[in-house]
Amino acid sequence: MPFYVSPEQAMKDKADYARKGISRGRSVVVLQYADGILFVADNPSRALHKISEIYDRIAFAAVGKYNEFENLRQQGVRYADVNGYMYDRRDVTARGLANAYATALGTVFTDSNKPYEVEIVVAEVGVDVASDQIYRLTFDGSVADEQGYVAMGGQVDEVAAALKDRFEDGLPLARALGVCVHALEQQDTDRHLEAGQLEVAVLDRHRDHRLFRRLPAARIKQLLEEAGGGAPAAPEASEGEDSGTGDSGGDDTSGGDDTSGGDDTSGGDDTSGGDDTSAE
Amino acid sequence: MTSQGSTPGRLPGAFASQSPSSFTEFLSAHSPNMLPSNRELPSVAPAGEHFPHGTTIVTVTFPGGVVMGGDRRATAGNIIAQRDIEKVFRADEYSAIAIAGTAGIGIEVVRLFQVELEHYEKMEGRTLSLEGKANRLATMVRGNLGMALQGLVVVPLFAGYDEERDAGRIFSYDAAGGRYEEHEFYSIGSGSVFARGSMKKLFRSDLSEEDAVLVAINALYDAADDDSATGGPDLTRRIFPVVSAITADGYRRLSDEAVGAHVESMVESRMRTPGGPPAPLR
Repeated sequence: MPFYVSPEQAMKDKADYARKGISRGRSVVVLQYADGILFVADNPSRALHKISEIYDRIAFAAVGKYNEFENLRQQGVRYADVNGYMYDRRDVTARGLANAYATALGTVFTDSNKPYEVEIVVAEVGVDVASDQIYRLTFDGSVADEQGYVAMGGQVDEVAAALKDRFEDGLPLARALGVCVHALEQQDTDRHLEAGQLEVAVLDRHRDHRLFRRLPAARIKQLLEEAGGGAPAAPEASEGEDSGTGDSGGDDTSGGDDTSGGDDTSGGDDTSGGDDTSAE
Repeated sequence: MTSQGSTPGRLPGAFASQSPSSFTEFLSAHSPNMLPSNRELPSVAPAGEHFPHGTTIVTVTFPGGVVMGGDRRATAGNIIAQRDIEKVFRADEYSAIAIAGTAGIGIEVVRLFQVELEHYEKMEGRTLSLEGKANRLATMVRGNLGMALQGLVVVPLFAGYDEERDAGRIFSYDAAGGRYEEHEFYSIGSGSVFARGSMKKLFRSDLSEEDAVLVAINALYDAADDDSATGGPDLTRRIFPVVSAITADGYRRLSDEAVGAHVESMVESRMRTPGGPPAPLR
């Protein structure tokens, strides 16, 4: 390096850079509802996911640069599968994974010139609401243990404020989704989100084996109508979700794939809150 | 987590490698000693018969699906090593795997195969085709060849629902990793000869799922009738064969009550005709 830059200044510059990158994308919301944990992303892409399965009870949500968080996701899947194979499926925990991610993100932040422009949530659904775990990890490797709801990416302050207003404990799925979508709509004035623009998944503690399920657009639409109509939530028997596994359902491919952060909604300078650089 | 040569931006060691979406490939780079195929074997005389062996597996197709069943006995030489072992497993949402041969290695292969399929699915965001799954299994069986030559043979049977054809399909293997598609019905293990003879007489191309279950249960009974290593239904302890059905609705293991009811009615009718339901001669 030709010139001296104080460590404080270098870290601050990196943090500002990362925050700026993260705030350029769209938001993701993670929220505890009656039957588990709900993940909602403002993401019209059917192919590039911001929300994914890691293990039986663990899911991953991310905002920021696609290649960076996709890389982290794949490493997390490997980590979980190796540990589950080596020990037992029950021995794979969100806490262990969050620690591994924290180490990785922290190392990048301090050691390399360019920090990762990502913010991720690792969530594990427990047997009841009290035993759910939600960890939020920021670009510098700090970990926060969250309760209730998390908003990240994009115009995060507006989204978090809307969540704070409307969130209640033990919401049924339809109403919880309504709260999330309302919050995501606060990113912009006059933003209205249809089912096709949303990526929605749940960790449903009442399922067997693998608890992660993506909700197809038709099901999202139905739930939104339920929530909008103010009707009492339908019993969970009427599930129309993806049977099992992948995302083979080739339904509407509306919209382009803009999972990478750097597109519209540009207005915001670094609004991404959560300035806690304290490692847990 | 083992830490070997951490690079910035990476989880420790090999978790960060850019290997293909195969769990087995990844594991062979990361910790090869965890794979059954990478173990060094002492050069001693084959001793496989001292370990528990799984015995008979049957599988029967029907329009829209396939049924797989296995008896509950494991033998070590002339001893019954376990009377309630399970040899039929869910491989993933639309397929099942069962093993015959050295039980210890077979169960390890099954676990590895289950993780392999799930891992691919999570990494790639899609499930493997049924042939793709069958081929992966062939590679894993082939990896066990060294042990097979030492007497630790394990042979799986793989069956699944093919969404493209809306049909159940069966794949059998040999110890060298040969993969063969079977039609209508198939059986492996020590009692397979008798089971196959039984199914040959009972199979129809228009079986319902329930009838296919009956064919499987009868075939296992006939195998146990003539093969000492195959366990018949244990009515006193209420240990019944493990029977699973795979259809468009996915993998479903039949409850012990459901299988038990079928077994009891079959045993009841065998009180009158010990040879089982006769096939029409003309």
